[in-house]
Amino acid sequence: MSMPRTILQKLWDSHVVHQQAGAPALLFIDLHLVHEVTSPQAFDGLRERGLKVRRPDLTIATADHSIPTTDRSLPIIDTIAAKQLDQLETNCAEFGIRCLGIHSDKQGIVHVIGPELGLTQPGMTVVCGDSHTATHGAFGALAFGIGTSEVEQVLASQCLLQRKSKSFQVRVDGKLRPGVSAKDIILALIAKIGIGGGTGSVFEFSGSAIRSLSMEERMTVCNMSIEGGARAGLIAPDDTTFEYLSGRPHAPKGAAWDAALARWRALPSDEGAVYEKSVTIDADALEPMITYGTNPGMGVSINAPLPSPAQFADPIQRESIEKALRYMGLEGGKPLAGHPIDVVFIGSCTNSRITDLRTAASLLKGRKVNPKVKVMVVPGSQEVKRQAIAEGLPEIFREAGCDWREPGCSMCIAMNGDQLSPGEYSVSTSNRNFEGRQGKGGRTFLASPLTAAASAITGVVTDVRTLL
Amino acid sequence: MKPFTNFESRVVALPINNIDTDQIIPARFLKTTSKVGLDKQLFNDWRYDAAGKPNPDFVLNKAEAKGAQVLLAGDNFGCGSSREHAPWALTQFGFRAVISTSFADIFRQNSLKNSLLPIVVPADVHAELFEAVSSNPNATVKIDLAAQTLTTPAGRSVEFPVDEFSKHCLLQGVDELGYILGQSAEIAAYERAHPAPINTLV
Repeated sequence: MSMPRTILQKLWDSHVVHQQAGAPALLFIDLHLVHEVTSPQAFDGLRERGLKVRRPDLTIATADHSIPTTDRSLPIIDTIAAKQLDQLETNCAEFGIRCLGIHSDKQGIVHVIGPELGLTQPGMTVVCGDSHTATHGAFGALAFGIGTSEVEQVLASQCLLQRKSKSFQVRVDGKLRPGVSAKDIILALIAKIGIGGGTGSVFEFSGSAIRSLSMEERMTVCNMSIEGGARAGLIAPDDTTFEYLSGRPHAPKGAAWDAALARWRALPSDEGAVYEKSVTIDADALEPMITYGTNPGMGVSINAPLPSPAQFADPIQRESIEKALRYMGLEGGKPLAGHPIDVVFIGSCTNSRITDLRTAASLLKGRKVNPKVKVMVVPGSQEVKRQAIAEGLPEIFREAGCDWREPGCSMCIAMNGDQLSPGEYSVSTSNRNFEGRQGKGGRTFLASPLTAAASAITGVVTDVRTLL
Repeated sequence: MKPFTNFESRVVALPINNIDTDQIIPARFLKTTSKVGLDKQLFNDWRYDAAGKPNPDFVLNKAEAKGAQVLLAGDNFGCGSSREHAPWALTQFGFRAVISTSFADIFRQNSLKNSLLPIVVPADVHAELFEAVSSNPNATVKIDLAAQTLTTPAGRSVEFPVDEFSKHCLLQGVDELGYILGQSAEIAAYERAHPAPINTLV
C-alpha cells in the first residue's frame, strides 16, 4: 500500500520531468499564459539566444494589464502602453503564439479567460508572469506566478526548475451567512495568518463551505492565496468543477472527456494524507470583511474596531501599523463602517466574473449610487461582458449611476489611467491595498462585491446586511 | 550572469515589515519593454515627493546610501506581485544583497536569477543589525557566499542558509536556462509519454 498523497503531491509527481542530484526538479508546464507586461524582456531573451518557443500549442497570450477600459475603437493615448501592446502582438506573431489581443472578441484578464475557454483543467500545471495565477488552482491545477526569467525559461523549454512547496491545509467548514461571500473567506484567512503566513507553502482549501462554492467563487478564494504568502492555492476538483468545464471550447469532448473525468476523479487528496501545516476557519462565524491598512493582511470584520499601534510590543511591527494608519488617514480603535469613500471599483481577476457582476447588480437594481461616489464596473473579459449584456446588467449599473467599462485589469493595478487621485478612498473588489496600488496616494479598502455595491449606494463603508 | 564574489559594504536600513513589490517599483513603471533604467524608479513613491523632488528623509536619498550594496529590511520583504522589475531595479541601483528575516517566494526566486542574494537571518541578528546601522550609518557588513557567512559590524560571523544549487549557480554565474536546455532529451521523453490535453492553436 503506497503512502496517502495530497493533491499537491499528486500534481508534483505527475509533472517531474527529471531530477538531478543536488538540483531542483525540472517540472513540466501544461499551460503558459502570457500578457503584455512581464513578457517583452523574455521574448528579447529568446531572440538574443536564437531560441524558439518550444510549445506554442501550450501557450496563449492576452492583453489586460495596461489596456484602456474605454472605447477600444479609439487610439490609445498612452504611447508607452501602446508600444507595449504592439510589442505583445509582434512577439506572438514572430514566435507563433496565439494572441487574444486588444481587438479579439476573447480578450480579457488572463486569469478570467484561461478558465472561461476551458484551457485551465484539473491535474495541470499552469504558470503566468503574474502572481494571481494562483486563481487557476480552483480547478485542482498547480498554478503559480513566475518572474520574467522564468517566463523565458518556460517559453524556451516548457519547463521550470522547482522545489516542492509545503502543503498547507485550510479547512473551512460550515455555512456562510447572508451578506458573507467567498471574498470574505479569503480575507479572513489572510487576516488570521498574515500576509507572510503561507510563505513556502501551497494552500489546499477544503471543507463543506468550500465544497458549496461555485467555480467562480472558488477562483476568488484561490486568487488571493498569494496575498497570504502562498504561491498557489488548490481546491480538489469535484462535480462542480466538471459541470463548469463541460462544453467549454478547449474542454475535452466525447471519449476524451470520459477519460479525463476518470483521471480528474483520482486527484483529490487521499484519506489520511498528511499536511505540513493546517488552519481552520468557521464559515458560520464569518462576517463581511474589509481591509483598513496597506497590505491585505490588515483586515477586520466590518464592524470590528481597527487595531491600535499601542497593542503591538514589537517596535518594527508597531511602526508598520502606525505607518499604515497614517497613510490611510485612519485612527486605531474605531471601526471602519461609516467611513466616507470617493470611488468604488468592481472588477479585477479576483471579482470580475459574471457571478460577481450579478451579485453587485442584484443590490444596485432599482437603487442609485451616492452622487459623491464614482463607481467603475469593469467586466473580466469580452465573454463576461457579452453575458452581462445578455442579462441586462449594464443597464442596471448605468441606471444606478455606475460607469460600465471595457474588460481589463483597470484600477486593480492602475497602469492604464484608471486610478485614484492622491488621498481618495476606494472600496475595491480587487486584491491589493498596497500604498499607491490604485494610484499614487490613493487609499484602498478591499472587500467583496456585495460590500462594494452597498458602500457605493450609501457613500460610506457599509455592512451590506443593513441593506438586505 | 556574472559570478557572485565576496564583498564588504555599508548597509541601507528600511525598518518596515512586508515591503511589497509595488513599493520597490510602482506598477505604472512596468509599461517599459526594457530591463534597464529601472534604478531611477526604485522605491519611487517613498523616494520622491509629488513634484518629483527627492524626499530628504528617505534613506536612499541620504549620503550614506551612496555606494551601499546591502539593503536591510523588515520581515517578509518582496511580497506581492511577480514583477522581476523589483530585483532589476534593486541591482541596477547597486544592491547585491538584501537582509531580512524572510522573503516572499517569487521575489526570492527572481532575485537569485539576477545575482541578488536574499540573506535570511534570525530575529536577534536582524535586530542587532538595525541597531548597529542606526548608531553608525557607516557601519559595514561582510558577505561571503562560499562560506555562507555574514559578518556583522560588531565582528560576529553569522551563518545564513542558501541551497546548494542556488549557491553553485551564483558563485559560478551559471545560466539556468542553459542548464534546463541541457535536459532537452528528458523533456522530449516526458512529452512523448504525456500527450497534451489542450492545444491553444486550434
